[in-house]
Amino acid sequence: MSLSCHLLHVLQPEEADNQYEMTSYEGAQARWCPGCGDHSVLTAVQKLLTAEQLIPEQTVFVSGIGCSSRFPHYLKTYGFHGIHGRALPVSTGVKLHRPELNVFTVMGDGDCTSIGAAHWIHALRYNLDLTVLLLDNGIYGLTKKQTSPTTPQGLKTNTQPKGSFLPALNPLAVSLGVTNASFVAQTAEWAPAHLYATLRAAYRHKGTSFVRILQRCPVFTPEVFQAAVQDPARIVLLVHDDGVVTPELNRIYSSQIHHDPGDIATARRLAEADDHIHLGVFFRDQSRPRYEETRKVTPRSPNERMSRLEEEFDRYAV
Amino acid sequence: MIDATATAASPSASTPPSVLRVPEHTVEIVSDSGEGAQKCGQIFAAVSAKMGNGVWTVEIIPAEVQPPPRVPEGASGNRVRVGSGPVTNWGDQTNLVVAFNEQVLLSRHRVGGLAEDAILLIEEMWATSDDPAVVAQWDAAMEELSSKSYRIIRVPMQEQCLTLVDNPRKGKNMFALGVLARIYGRDMDRIRDQIGHAFRKKSEAVYTTNVSLLELGYHWAEQHIDFRIDIPLEPMDTPLVVMNGNEAIGMGAVAAGFEICAMYPITPATSVSHYLSEVFERFGGIVHQSEDEIAAAGVAIGASYAGKVALTITSGPGLALKTEFLGLAIMTETPLVLVDVQRGGPSTGLPTKVEQSDLLAALYGQPGDAPHVVIAPATIEECFHVMVTARRIAETFRTVVMVLSDANLATGVSPFPRPTLDARWQAAPIDLAPVAEGDKPYDWDLETGLSRRIVPGQPAGMFTLTGLSHDEGSKVAYSSGIHQKSSAMRSRKLAVLQSLLAPPPVHGDEEGELLVVGWGSTKGAIEEAVDRTRAEGLKVSSVHLRFLSPLEPGLKAIFARFRQVVAVEINYSDDPDDPFINEENRRRGQLAMLLRSATLVDIDSWTRVPGEPLRPASIAETIRQRVHSGGAA
Ligand SMILES: Cc1ncc(C[n+]2csc(CCOP(=O)(O)OP(=O)(O)O)c2C)c(N)n1
Ligand SMILES: [Mg+2]
Repeated sequence: MSLSCHLLHVLQPEEADNQYEMTSYEGAQARWCPGCGDHSVLTAVQKLLTAEQLIPEQTVFVSGIGCSSRFPHYLKTYGFHGIHGRALPVSTGVKLHRPELNVFTVMGDGDCTSIGAAHWIHALRYNLDLTVLLLDNGIYGLTKKQTSPTTPQGLKTNTQPKGSFLPALNPLAVSLGVTNASFVAQTAEWAPAHLYATLRAAYRHKGTSFVRILQRCPVFTPEVFQAAVQDPARIVLLVHDDGVVTPELNRIYSSQIHHDPGDIATARRLAEADDHIHLGVFFRDQSRPRYEETRKVTPRSPNERMSRLEEEFDRYAV
Repeated sequence: MIDATATAASPSASTPPSVLRVPEHTVEIVSDSGEGAQKCGQIFAAVSAKMGNGVWTVEIIPAEVQPPPRVPEGASGNRVRVGSGPVTNWGDQTNLVVAFNEQVLLSRHRVGGLAEDAILLIEEMWATSDDPAVVAQWDAAMEELSSKSYRIIRVPMQEQCLTLVDNPRKGKNMFALGVLARIYGRDMDRIRDQIGHAFRKKSEAVYTTNVSLLELGYHWAEQHIDFRIDIPLEPMDTPLVVMNGNEAIGMGAVAAGFEICAMYPITPATSVSHYLSEVFERFGGIVHQSEDEIAAAGVAIGASYAGKVALTITSGPGLALKTEFLGLAIMTETPLVLVDVQRGGPSTGLPTKVEQSDLLAALYGQPGDAPHVVIAPATIEECFHVMVTARRIAETFRTVVMVLSDANLATGVSPFPRPTLDARWQAAPIDLAPVAEGDKPYDWDLETGLSRRIVPGQPAGMFTLTGLSHDEGSKVAYSSGIHQKSSAMRSRKLAVLQSLLAPPPVHGDEEGELLVVGWGSTKGAIEEAVDRTRAEGLKVSSVHLRFLSPLEPGLKAIFARFRQVVAVEINYSDDPDDPFINEENRRRGQLAMLLRSATLVDIDSWTRVPGEPLRPASIAETIRQRVHSGGAA
């Protein structure tokens, strides 16, 4: 009897004491197309906020421009819906000035890997404690079906109607190539349990956690992830206690690799493999220096500052 | 200016030297880079200021980091204008040069900055070099210099310094300083003090050697230079500090309570961040060097959004990159201070040289209707104070404030009264009080457009700001009514700010024949030109604008009291006499364009882009021409 009570408690952790519920984080009604993968990401994020009981006013979602970047409007936290490609510098400024805030960054594939590519690489290197979500539908959604860097080669779009010219850029391989990157993961919005577990691991990681979320766009690229959605055998889960474990998915995704996220060489090899889609934490290293820690300064009161400035003027006195 | 009876240096002057009493003198010290002429010039200027002379110093900088030795383009050093009273600008021509070789001297001759009768003190070792090519260069240079009536004095710097040190390449500068100290009667104890500041931290031995070289130069000049130059001292009671405009901006940023300066290196703005990088952390601030200027703007906006107003510093090309982010800050009413230390443009332009050609880009560079504040400090002192003003305006009006400085202020060094600091200049602590029920992120006061900012961490303030057109509640709104209203609210703030400003003071009489209007670093030169021409009896005055957006009030009324108004600036304008140029297509200077559209007064334009500050003499010349031609040109 006492055992079952205890189990019950584990299954529903402190539900009664919870201050915030899913609805606490609900903002405006989401206006994405029906069937858009962004809806599942929003739900998973709201679930994460609830589970972690993040204080809404201590939480900031920063985004760029694109369908996916509407994200902050649909949450009841602080939000900054900025300009195309430049969410990460804004996030950097927020975190640098107010390290106590929980800062999330939401970007589309055009946002992050094309116009914002420089910021993406450098944000990974700064390694501030940010949770960074790339909602990768392999297409420019908002501007209506133009080729993005992650569009599969050959896919017909409005700017490359004979088929996209170039092999798609691999955001995982790029991220894993950045010195001082500390967390690189991939998940898919159509696998909600995996999505949630990955977001949680990303949030809990201290440092910039970069999560590429494979995301369906039913309007412009229904074919892109169709095969993977219908045939779970195309997916391989990377499991590890230091990464994510999703026992509830064992039956659907039977092919799994025990991958130690500390192993960068294997992480890079797995990221490059194009025979299967690998979901899970590719790389994680909590020991990497974090920029906001490196740059920490002792705050000074106005009076302290002014008396130090007097000393400074002494150096320049005539 | 120099007494014509002064004779060439004689080996030993037994008669007392002639003393030339002058109200001002401009001195240059030039060498190959790495030979220390700049240090010599800096100490000479600092000591002159400490003794009670007015001083304005500009750096002479080679374009390359390490140019080859003995080439005119490699000239490196300082140009110091020393006067009895305060000196507000770099002046006209150089009266005395100390050059470490004839090639760097040639470069100064060729830019045309030397007075017809300038005194040139030149290291003579090259005349007798073992290398015939060097001797040939020397001879050619002397030939070229003989086109003017310069007075050339050969100085055996190398030979003299070798009596004390093995490698005079490091040390000639102190010898030269000693020569100048003797000629200008500078206080040797103060010079030794300055040398102490500069070298004691290296080692006592370095200090002692430098002082010996200084004294060697002094004694050499005592025996071999038959004149002295006396610029009467007018010591001031007020304590002074001496620095360049970029240091003043850095200190101003500290005084204003900024905590984040995000930047990407670009000349001539970078030295602000060099200064801040050195000291800012002691004040609880950080300099963040971003991956590019776009990111720097983004980081500053993110920080401002999350708390205290942040700062980003750049120059023309960087301003161009920041454009889209500036629009975002204006649209989301996120305060931001941007400093643009202007250089010559467009494109990479003249990276190290002064120009005032970013005005219209600063005012109108953002697509869409993007009202914001633009201010320009006119003096090095104002570079300090403007930072406090800018931060306050940005915070109060929830907008972008651009501060336009330029390379002239950035590298000019001049003393100014030590500011009396006030802790209230500092930013208030971040207020995390709960947001009241019903409060919105843009609770515009319908009359003023002002609203209170909500900052992350404030309970019940969870809104999403957006660069999309939005209503008071930050709800995305495409209806024409809301866009009309929010545009009005953002724009109204400028009118409100203008209502708080006073009309600018007129320098000279309140009415007259000609009014010169300027902005930014040209103030000193313009007012000096006005003073000179007024002394000749011309009815000329000037007005200097600090606010470019909004403009200071009352301009139209001031303009109406003068028969002609001319805007004088360092940017390009067409000369009305040039081919194809007529009244309809004539491009005027940027301030002239702005003022014409704001006042409908037929304001004329006189501008130059010489890659150097305007000289009072050339402004005075244009004043004379205009007054004598007697009508709008
Ligand atoms: C500077 C700039 N360039 C272009 C655009 C137009 N634009 C808006 S969103 C977008 C691409 C959106 O694609 P993605 O980032 O993949 O986001 P999605 O809509 O697919 O979620 C583009 C090109 C813009 N808003 N700003
Ligand atoms: Mg996309």
